[in-house]
Amino acid sequence: MRNETPLDTDVSAYAVRLGDDALVLAQRLAECSSRAPALEEDIALSNIALDLLGQARALLTYAGEIEGARGPGGVPRQGSRSEDDLAYLRSEREFTNCQLVEQPNGDFAVTMARQLFFSAYQLALYRRLVASADATLAGVAAKGVKEVAYHVDHAGGWVVRLGDGTDESHRRVAAAVEQLWPFTHELFEADELTGRLAGAGVGVDSSELAIAWKEHVGGVLSEATLKCPPFGETAGWRPAGGRRGVHTEHLGFLLAEMQHLHRSHPGAKW
Amino acid sequence: MSPGPLASAVREALAEVTDPELPVLTIEDLGVLRDVTVGEDGRVEVTITPTYSGCPAMDVIRRDVERVLAGHGWDGAVVRTVLSPAWTTDWMSDDGRRKLREFGIAPPGPVAPVGAVAVDLVRCPRCGSAETRLVSRFGSTPCKALRACRRCLEPFDHFKPL
Repeated sequence: MRNETPLDTDVSAYAVRLGDDALVLAQRLAECSSRAPALEEDIALSNIALDLLGQARALLTYAGEIEGARGPGGVPRQGSRSEDDLAYLRSEREFTNCQLVEQPNGDFAVTMARQLFFSAYQLALYRRLVASADATLAGVAAKGVKEVAYHVDHAGGWVVRLGDGTDESHRRVAAAVEQLWPFTHELFEADELTGRLAGAGVGVDSSELAIAWKEHVGGVLSEATLKCPPFGETAGWRPAGGRRGVHTEHLGFLLAEMQHLHRSHPGAKW
Repeated sequence: MSPGPLASAVREALAEVTDPELPVLTIEDLGVLRDVTVGEDGRVEVTITPTYSGCPAMDVIRRDVERVLAGHGWDGAVVRTVLSPAWTTDWMSDDGRRKLREFGIAPPGPVAPVGAVAVDLVRCPRCGSAETRLVSRFGSTPCKALRACRRCLEPFDHFKPL
């Protein structure tokens, strides 16, 4: 047993960050269950949601274990948080997911563009995280990378079909790309936490993922006959702040729906 | 893996634990059962690994393993879940693949490099034709894709390579 180090605190915060991304998008996709445009798509979106929920559970459980395992003096702490505590009992400002994942489903083009943008990011991230010095993060990434490969393939396929489809589908998916693009910049913003963790060989410097992401997403957009908006410094509006708990108005509503049962009936199980 | 009569007996007992969604496959066929060890104090430890991160069948499988162990009186047996190395369909036994095909589900082909989606030749489990098409990459459970046969026209499930 050793004392909790600053690195442990960082790893826990990082696991929460990755877990929140997965959890919030899982909840968004779950909203499509029973109301997707086609039965096959209903099943696909629910399956993607389930994969993300599984990743979120592993990450949040791990974050809670680190919190609880090593208190000051190496004494196991009281009141460490479980995955449910972290998912259901934190307020909006305590969630550190990126703002992209909390954006509403919109029409099917928006849902698919958001999935493409996020899954391409997650694929690049997990591909690197498999080499993490932290065995649990590496394990989650090694499992997740295989699942995410299917998500990105699915979303990319739809963006191409919609973009290279009818005038109406092209117009809709072009609007979706334009609407969501500003939220992609935040994915590649490094901060002190990612800096320290990348230095320790545990985390990934998010800014290093931009090139792989742009190549991947740019390729899909080009095949879809869609224009790739400006990237990096030349981009216009760059909303950010999710990693510091600053969110768009949509997250509060999502959390209210996700958390109300657990908060109204603490400890409810079924 | 630790050989020995008790570990073998545990493995034999666990042969009754199947995937709730694929009752023809035992957890050993699936490659979900990773290890059975017996400590010096005689304590049994069973190691399992999830198929997909969020597969609900895993909770049922874990409970079933615990039930079987308790039923045989192996007190204090521990069921450990490990994520690493990540489960792959390459661990599915040949026997498992045959049982899957007989059950009407096309077994997984070889796995593609990490991070890529495998493109493999999938034969119809009913008529054996290789003329099949993908209906959806996602099926009734996380592990399956939906396909249809161009020859016999039947839809079928395909266990995706992962």
